[in-house]
Amino acid sequence: MNDKQLRLQGVSHAFGGIEVVRDISLDIRRGEFLALVGPSGCGKTTLLNMLSGFIAPSAGSIAIDGRARMVYQHDGLFPWMTVAENIALGLRHIADAAGREAELREMLGFIRLEGFRDHYPHQLSGGMRQRVELARALAGDTDILLMDEPFSALDYLTRLRMRRELALMLRQQPRTVILVTHDIEEAVQLADRVIVLSERPARVQCELRIRLERPRDLTHPEVVEGMRQILAELGLETTTETEPDLAPLFTSL
Amino acid sequence: MSKKFSLRTILPPVAMVVTAIGIWWALAALHIFPESLFPSPVQVAVGFTEEVATGRLFSDMVASLWRVSTGFILAAALGIPTGLLLGQNARSRSALLPAVNFFRSLSPLAWIPFAILWFGIGDPPAIFLIFMAAFFPIVLATVAAVASIPAVYFRVARDYGISGGAMLRQVTLPAIAPQVITSLRVTAGLSWLVVVAAEMIAGRDGLGFAIWDARNGLRIDLLVSGMIVIGVIGVVIDRFLVRLTTIPSVRWGYER
Repeated sequence: MNDKQLRLQGVSHAFGGIEVVRDISLDIRRGEFLALVGPSGCGKTTLLNMLSGFIAPSAGSIAIDGRARMVYQHDGLFPWMTVAENIALGLRHIADAAGREAELREMLGFIRLEGFRDHYPHQLSGGMRQRVELARALAGDTDILLMDEPFSALDYLTRLRMRRELALMLRQQPRTVILVTHDIEEAVQLADRVIVLSERPARVQCELRIRLERPRDLTHPEVVEGMRQILAELGLETTTETEPDLAPLFTSL
Repeated sequence: MSKKFSLRTILPPVAMVVTAIGIWWALAALHIFPESLFPSPVQVAVGFTEEVATGRLFSDMVASLWRVSTGFILAAALGIPTGLLLGQNARSRSALLPAVNFFRSLSPLAWIPFAILWFGIGDPPAIFLIFMAAFFPIVLATVAAVASIPAVYFRVARDYGISGGAMLRQVTLPAIAPQVITSLRVTAGLSWLVVVAAEMIAGRDGLGFAIWDARNGLRIDLLVSGMIVIGVIGVVIDRFLVRLTTIPSVRWGYER
């Protein structure tokens, strides 16, 4: 059995004369959660667009085993469709109506929005909309989720909550996930493997493995350490020679 | 848009109308203006019932509404597809948009001479003028709506296997619906303005002709009753089209 779900070999891409992605080779296992981080404009999204088949690489090859679907950065839900209709888009390939309905109910239950099936996106909160978006992408046994900054439009607390929910969802319904993000915290909190990309043209600068159960606490030492390493890799960490005195930052009353 | 007719919401406008009629009546009763130029509400009411009794008011209303609906529906039926075409094709857009803009800016009333020369008197010139008034704004609004559809919708549609005719039905049309409905409201109002002018000059019936005829016959009571009917019908048309904005699948366009 081949447990590679995705394989990139020497993938490069250029727009016009501008080289955006240079010679990236990656193997992604079935069920793996991979995060791609890097400076803005480094070609992360281009890489994801190649994985989704939206653009073809200028050089190299991409082999995908299974169905990949994109979860978009900004609101990709159709505002003229109800929650149920939006999710049903993901079930179009299921021929019989009863089967579609059963699957739809399951997805609605999964994202805990049973009572909102006939609501329109504008009647939901940002977090609820993002859950519907996830459900639509997951509907009908998608194997690979491609996520392009899926939570970046949400406020910080909602973002934290959505990370936790995604982690719990994946525990119930394991999928291969490729997450593009500029949010290092998000990457370390969620991914099994974080790939740090270089400035444009994007190359793999380093990778970091995190073997920790999900959901992970933001303050877990391994998470904090992972963030420190990535920040250092991106040249954003302020190096302190001596450990700072971490005497209580908050005084309890 | 819930229908709550409570006393509180109904009372102020009713009080306003009653007060206005009261002032009008008082001005007429004081004979500040000559009676031949300023009819009293009572005279207008008498004239109105006379017009209703002879059936002339009804036939004029039917004539005007027929012209407006024909011209307007023609304009929408041709304008929306034209806008879709221009919105999706950059080359035809750049070729045709200046012309569309020119005709949109040209007062439809400027067509009256040609309307009479080409179509004579009666329904055809009025329908032509209404078409000229409504068609170009509808095209422009549709073009703008198509151009402003976020690209992500088309990408999502492709991801989920929507293409061709389904793309038009399930993505493009619903995405432009709110803006198109707004332009239909505006152009329906415009059409109702134009029909009055068209009938004054190129009509032998209709509400526009009725008020022109009343002036010629020095029946200012009928003139005023005609004006009131024209205004009320204009409001009713708009109220009717506003209902389109309450369709659940277009609400998003008005609430964001």
